[in-house]
Amino acid sequence: MTLFFAVLTPFVGAALVALASRRGRSHSAWAAGAVTLASMLWLVPSLHLPFDGTTLIQTHEWMPALGLNLAFRLDGLALLFSGLILGIGLLIVLYARYYLSARDSMGRFYSYMMLFMGSMLGIVLSENLIQLLIFWELTSLSSFLLISYWQHREEARQGARMALAVTGMGGFAMLGGFLLLGHIVGSYELSVVLASGDLIRAHPLYLPTLLLILLGIFTKSAQFPFHFWLPHAMAAPTPVSAYLHSATMVKAGVFLLARLYPALSGTPEWFWLVSSAGMATLLLGAYTALFKHDLKGLLAYSTISHLGLITLLFGLSTPLAAVAGVFHIINHATFKASLFMAAGIIDHEAGTRDMRRLNGLWKYMPYTATLAMVAAAAMAGVPLANGFLSKEMFFAELVHVSGGHIGGWLLPTLATLAGAFAVAYSIRFIHDVFFNGEPVDLPHTPHEPPRWMKVPVEILVVLCLVVGIAPALTVAPLLAVAAQDTLQTPLPEYSLAIWHGFNTALMLSGLATLGGVTIYLLRRPLFGWNARHIERIDARIPYNALLDGIAALSRFVTGLIDTGSLQRQVLFFLLAALVLGVVPWLAGDTLLTGSRTGLPLDAVSLIAAGALIIATFATVWWHRQRFVALVTIGVVGLVVSLAFVKFSAPDLALTQLSVEIVTIVLLLLALHFLPQHAAPERNRARIGRDAVIALLAGTGAAALAWAVLTRPYDTIAGYFLENSVPGGGGSNVVNVILVDFRGYDTLGEITVLALAGLGIVALLQGLHLSAPSRDDGGRAWNPDTHPVIMATLTRILLPLALLVSVFILLRGHNQPGGGFIAGLITAVALIMQYLANGAVWTNQRMRASPPPPFIPERGQPSPQMGEGANAGPTPIYDSHPLIAWGLGIAALTGVASWLFGYPYLTSTFSHMHWPIVGEFELASAMVFDLGVFLVVVGATLMILTHLGGLHHAPQTGRGKH
Amino acid sequence: MEALIAIVIGVLTAGGVFLALRGQTFPVVLGLTLMSYAVNLFLFVMGRLAIGVPPVISDAAAGYTDPLPQALVLTAIVISFGMTAFVIVLSLKARAELGNDHVDGRHEDSHEGRSR
Repeated sequence: MTLFFAVLTPFVGAALVALASRRGRSHSAWAAGAVTLASMLWLVPSLHLPFDGTTLIQTHEWMPALGLNLAFRLDGLALLFSGLILGIGLLIVLYARYYLSARDSMGRFYSYMMLFMGSMLGIVLSENLIQLLIFWELTSLSSFLLISYWQHREEARQGARMALAVTGMGGFAMLGGFLLLGHIVGSYELSVVLASGDLIRAHPLYLPTLLLILLGIFTKSAQFPFHFWLPHAMAAPTPVSAYLHSATMVKAGVFLLARLYPALSGTPEWFWLVSSAGMATLLLGAYTALFKHDLKGLLAYSTISHLGLITLLFGLSTPLAAVAGVFHIINHATFKASLFMAAGIIDHEAGTRDMRRLNGLWKYMPYTATLAMVAAAAMAGVPLANGFLSKEMFFAELVHVSGGHIGGWLLPTLATLAGAFAVAYSIRFIHDVFFNGEPVDLPHTPHEPPRWMKVPVEILVVLCLVVGIAPALTVAPLLAVAAQDTLQTPLPEYSLAIWHGFNTALMLSGLATLGGVTIYLLRRPLFGWNARHIERIDARIPYNALLDGIAALSRFVTGLIDTGSLQRQVLFFLLAALVLGVVPWLAGDTLLTGSRTGLPLDAVSLIAAGALIIATFATVWWHRQRFVALVTIGVVGLVVSLAFVKFSAPDLALTQLSVEIVTIVLLLLALHFLPQHAAPERNRARIGRDAVIALLAGTGAAALAWAVLTRPYDTIAGYFLENSVPGGGGSNVVNVILVDFRGYDTLGEITVLALAGLGIVALLQGLHLSAPSRDDGGRAWNPDTHPVIMATLTRILLPLALLVSVFILLRGHNQPGGGFIAGLITAVALIMQYLANGAVWTNQRMRASPPPPFIPERGQPSPQMGEGANAGPTPIYDSHPLIAWGLGIAALTGVASWLFGYPYLTSTFSHMHWPIVGEFELASAMVFDLGVFLVVVGATLMILTHLGGLHHAPQTGRGKH
Repeated sequence: MEALIAIVIGVLTAGGVFLALRGQTFPVVLGLTLMSYAVNLFLFVMGRLAIGVPPVISDAAAGYTDPLPQALVLTAIVISFGMTAFVIVLSLKARAELGNDHVDGRHEDSHEGRSR
C-alpha cells in the first residue's frame, strides 16, 4: 500500500493545506512542505529496490469485474521522476512562500499545487495504463487551475483554457491509443505491455496506436505543431511555471515516451514521427527563444526546444540515445527550474520581465546574477555544467546514427544550428539583463531577494555544478537504474566524463558555441529581419479560428434540433412518443386484450372515476380561471388517493393525500404572483390540433394500460414478501423496500428532493415580484387578518399533528407509514401555522434566524402588512440544518454497516422488551427513515417558506391603501 | 374494473397533454401535475389490481399485492412534488425576468404588460 499512500497523500494534503491557510499565510506553506515530505516518506522504504534490480509492483482490487486494478509500480524511471516531482516540488513550496504577494491566496495556490503534485506522482507510479490516463487527465485539470491562478487576468484565463484544450484533446487521443494497446496486448498492466514489444510492433493496428499515443505525448510535451500553448501558459505565477515547465507537466509527455519506449520504439514509423517532431521543435524553440523580450517567454521557448531535444533522442531509437534522453531530463529539470526561479526573483524585485528595460542588474543583485549565470551556462551547454554532458552525448549519438545514412550531415548540422541558437539566447539572458548598460525606467530599484527565496535556486545551481563536474560520483547510479528500466534491457556501454578527447561531438559543441556568439553579436539585424518576417506568424490565429469554427458548428447543430420554443419542443416530443408507441404496435399482430380475467366493477368505483373524469375535464376547461382550476385539480388528486386506498396501497394513499395538500398550498402561493386569469386563445386551429394530439395520447395511454392489465405477469415480489420480516425486520413491505432493500435508491431520492429545495432557494434569491394589490374583481386583498377560528384550531392541532407524525414515523416499519409520510404530515402541520397565523408570528416561534444574506432586503415595514407592520425584517426559518442532518443521518446509517463488515446500508434489527409498552423492535433502518423524515420536512418547509417569504418583500408599484 | 382504470389513465393523460401544450406557464404546470397522476397510476397498476390485500405481513392476511410498484410510486409522488415546486418557481423567476408568463418568454399577455 505504500505507493498508493504516496500518491494519495498530496490529494488529502490539498484539503489540509487549504484548511491550514485559515490560520495564517505561512501555515499553508508549512503544511504543503509537510505534505510533500510525508509523500516522500512513503517512498523511503522502497527506495533501495530499483537499485537492487527489482521492480516493486503493488496491486489492489478496484473494479475486479472489469479487470481494472489499482496498480502501482516503482522502478528506476518512476523513482527518478518521483524524486524530481517531490524534490523540486519542495523547493517550489519554499520559493512560492516568498514569491506570492499579500493579495494572493496562499491556501488556494498550495492546494492546487498539491493536487497537481499528486496527479504527477500518479502518472509516474502507475502500473495500469487506464489508471495512468486518469492521473494524466488530472494533471491537465489541476494545471488549468494553476495556470489560471490569477483569475482576474484575462491572459491567465485564456492561457489556461488553451493549455486545457490542447492537452485535453491529446489526452482523449491517448485514451484511444491505450485502448488499442490493451486490445493488442490483452492487458493494461505495464509489465505485460513492456514485455510485448515485438507483438505490438508486428500488429496491423500498430500505426494507429502509435499515432494516437504520440498525439497525447506531443500535446503534453509541447512538441511542434502543438507547442503554442506553452508560452501562453506563462501567464501563471512564476513558481507554477518553474514547476510545470521544468520537472513536471511537460515532462509527463517525455516520461511516457521513455515509459513506452520498449513497447513502441525501434520501427521506421517511430523513428520518423518522433525524431522529426523532436527536431522541428528543437529548432523552432531555440530560434524563437532568442527573439523573446519577455524573460519568461525566452525560457518558455527554450523549454520547448529542450523538450524537442529529448524527444529527438528517444526518436533515434538507440539505447545510447535513450540514456542521453533520460540524462537530459534530469539536467533540464535542474537548470530550467533554477532559471525560472531566477527570472521570478528579477521580476519580483525589479517589477518587470522585459529585457529591453532590464539592463545592468549586476550592480544591484550580483549574487542572483551569479546563480543565474551558472544555470544559463548549463542551459547553453558550457563545460563543467550538467547541460554540457548530456549535450555532448546528444551530439555524439547524432553523429553515430547519421553515419550510415545518405545525407548523414543533415541531422548533426541542424542540431548544431539549434545548439548555436541555444548559446545565443543564453548569452542574451545574461548579458541583456545583468550588463548591457543601465536599467530603463524600472518600477522599483532592484535589490537582492529575501534569504530563503534564494535557497531553492542555490540548491539547484549547486546540483548543476556538482553533476557537471563529477557525474560519476553523483548522478551515475540514479541515471543507470532509470535508463536501465527505460530500456528494459541491459545498459549499453557509456562513460560519464567531461573529457572524451578531441572527437566530433566536441567539435560540434565548439562550433555551436562560436556560432552562438556570432549570432548574438549580429542580433540587431537579425531582430529586424525576424520582426519583419516571422513574428507575424501566430499560432493563436488558426487556433482561434478552429475554436470559432467548432463553436459555429455546435450552434448550427443545436439550431437544428432546438428551436428555442418550449411549446414547439413539447409538441415534437409528444409526437415522437406517439409515433414510436403506435408504429411498432401496428406493425406487429399482438392482440390488445390479454387473457387475464379482471375484477368486477362496482358502483362506488364508477362514481369516483366519474368524479375524477369530470374534474379533469373541468380543470382543462377552466384552466384560464386559475383558482377554479386549482380546486378541480385538487379533486383529481383526492380521487387518485382514494384509488390507492381501494387497491391495497395504504402507504401510497397517505403519501398522495399529504403531497396533495402541500402542492395546492404551493400553487396557491405561486398564483399570487401570476395572472389569475388568462386571455382566451385566439388561435382556434391550434386548440383543435392540440385536442387531437391529447386525444391520441390519452387513447394510447389507456390502450397500453388496458393491454398490460389484462395480461398475467411474473413478479419478483415474492422475494420481498418472504424476506421482509426475517431479513428486514419489518412487516410493511413497501417501507422495508424503501429503507432496506432499495435503501440506496431512497438515499438518492431524498438527495434529489434536497437539491430541489436548495435550487428553489437559489432561484428565489434576489427575486423581486410584485403582486397586484387587487384581485380581478377589483377587491383589495385583505392582508392583515388571520381567521380567528382557523388560527385557534391550528394552534391546538399542531401538537396533535406532530404526535401523529411521530407515531406514523415509528410504526412505519410495520404498518402503513414511514419517513416520507411522517415528514409530509409534519410539514403540513407547520405550514398550517404559517397560513393561519402569518409568517411573522410563526417564524418568531420557530426561533427563526435573521434572513440569510441573499434574501432580498426586507426594507421598511409596510403599512399594509398587518402584524408585520412593526416587526421589521421578516426572518425566515432556516431549514438548511434539517436537510443537512437528514442527509447526514441517512448516509451515516449506511456507513455504520461498514463498521460491522457489511456492505453499505445493510440494516440490522433486534427485538426488545420494555415494561408496559411490551415487546417492540428496533431496526437500524428506522434511523435511516429518520433521515428521510428530516429531509422531507426540511425540503418542504424550505420550498414553501421561501415562496411565502416573497409576499413580505417590499412591493413597489402597489396600489394606494 | 381494469377498463375503468385504463380509461381514467387515458383521461388524465389527455388532459395533461392538452394543458402541457398551452402557452402560459400555469396551465403547463397543471398539465404536468395531471400527467404525473397518470404516470403514477400507470406505474402502480403495473402490479395489477387487487382489493383488500395490502402488502403488510400478518398471519391473518389472505394474500399480498405486489409491493414493488408501490415503493416505486411512493418516492415518485414525493419527487413529483419537488419537480412541481421547482417548475413553478422557475415560472415565477421567468415572469420576473421576462415580464410575462409565456413559456417561451413572449409578450402574448400584453394586456397585462410588464409587471414593473
